Amino acid sequence: MRAIARFLYGRRGFYLALLLLPPLLWLGIVYLGSLFALLMQSFYAIDEFTARIVPKLTLATYRQLVSHPANVDIILRTLGMAVAVTLVAAVVAFPIANYMARHASPRMKAFFYVGVMLPMWTSYLVKVYAWRLMLAKQGILSWFVDQLGLAPVLNAALATPVIGGPSLASSYLGMFIVFVYMWLPFMILPLTAALERVPQSLLQASADLGARPGQTFRNVVLPLALPGFAAGSVFTFSLTLGDYIIPSVVGAPGYFIGMMVYQQQGTVGNLPLAAAFSVVPIILIAIYLSLAKRLGAFHAL
Amino acid sequence: MRSRGARDWNAASFSQKLAAFAGLAFLHLPVWVIVLYAFTTEDRTYQFPPPGLTLHWFAVAFAREDIWNALRLSLYVASVATLMALLLGTLAAFALAHSRFRGREAITLLFVLPIALPGIITGIALLSAFKFGGIQPGFWTIITGHATFCIVIVHNNVIARLRRLPQSWVEASMDLGADGLQTFRYVILPQIATALLAGGMLAFALSFDEIIVTLFTAGHEQTLPIWFFNELFRPRERPITNVVAVSVVLITMVPILLAYWLTRPREFESK
Repeated sequence: MRAIARFLYGRRGFYLALLLLPPLLWLGIVYLGSLFALLMQSFYAIDEFTARIVPKLTLATYRQLVSHPANVDIILRTLGMAVAVTLVAAVVAFPIANYMARHASPRMKAFFYVGVMLPMWTSYLVKVYAWRLMLAKQGILSWFVDQLGLAPVLNAALATPVIGGPSLASSYLGMFIVFVYMWLPFMILPLTAALERVPQSLLQASADLGARPGQTFRNVVLPLALPGFAAGSVFTFSLTLGDYIIPSVVGAPGYFIGMMVYQQQGTVGNLPLAAAFSVVPIILIAIYLSLAKRLGAFHAL
Repeated sequence: MRSRGARDWNAASFSQKLAAFAGLAFLHLPVWVIVLYAFTTEDRTYQFPPPGLTLHWFAVAFAREDIWNALRLSLYVASVATLMALLLGTLAAFALAHSRFRGREAITLLFVLPIALPGIITGIALLSAFKFGGIQPGFWTIITGHATFCIVIVHNNVIARLRRLPQSWVEASMDLGADGLQTFRYVILPQIATALLAGGMLAFALSFDEIIVTLFTAGHEQTLPIWFFNELFRPRERPITNVVAVSVVLITMVPILLAYWLTRPREFESK
């Protein structure tokens, strides 16, 4: 054993390769291999008469994906939801992150840190289920709204076309609330990290030079917090694009990319179309990542 | 002298504090709702406030064999996936922590990809691969999926700790005549032990709770999240679902809090 250790210490490259080989083989073969299989699958097509997958490379499935208006709708709907969730999550996360990063005492900060982390790691399905309980017709949210006398406001929101519906549990508005809730911690944590790095002296300088709080916020805090927003938004964006459980448990009957992938591979049995659909979020995320990289997102991770 | 603007940004105003606490309450609300509903006497609607409280549903749920089987499978899967992730993730962290070589960037990217891309991609990709290979989905295909993203979690935890471990300690140990094995045993291992444990805990919690990938790779096996997922669409037994929900929250909270406690001191020291 010892001799082996001495032997390896002298040969650093060999030692590194030895360490790296097993995990690299796993991710290289199992993960990258699977991604490649996915890509292959998306270039196959299903025979319309036999409903069997024809193992021949073709663009037919992609043609089906972009030529059906219903499919394009699904993609746009998912993208719109991801953008809206990302923006609102950033707005909701900011006060919490700002308080954690700049105002809380160390003890309070630890409290908030655990307070954000615990719901973040609480079972995903249980949280979705809890929201279904809360958004239900007689559920806690409508009870709360009634107590505050805000029922007309809620009804007006539900009467709005597109986002509304018969109840919160069966409207895009309800789905949107659940999405924002689910990914909020992923926005809070990187944003806090970015705000922690804003030097106190810059804020004092800005104020001493006569800037009002609003101006300081707009011209000093916001640009410096942008990398944190970008890092957080990578999560909120990518998680919303890929989710298929929330849209099937809460919300209006319109389809989302993830639901389409799940249904096509399962009940419909059209694996090529499912694969082609799942390539869409990969492309969207790649575009988004290159944008986020320009904003300096990866310095805040 | 501080002007008004500086005070506004440096001292927490009441409204800022209120917004922060309201946000925190928003994050915790669903968890408390789940706890409350596990005790409700109402078994058909989600009526709030609950008309009465009872412990009856706990007894009913504990007598259900299908729930115990799903729980056993989930614990088994999480244990195996965590062990594999600990081995592979730690090896990768040791290789990548301090080294420089060509292609390192690409390898680092490969080690974040499974969690950077949505879980559904991992799921459908693995399924496509199984179809090509003629592999029947089952216990080992679940493990394959879970191990893949658990490796990333362990790797991230261990590499963060290794980077904070001064290289000079290792050099000092070697200069003082320790061989590589002794340096590992007496210098490196004590420093990374808690990071290993924390990474393992997080990986375990993540695997125990995983649904997005698992639905693609499980075949006919039923983990606890899959049992729960099926109940969401078959709302015949709401009270039992509520009891399982609260139990799952309690089970996952233990490793999460432990992981936090294990990595905490260093995290706040450096700030």
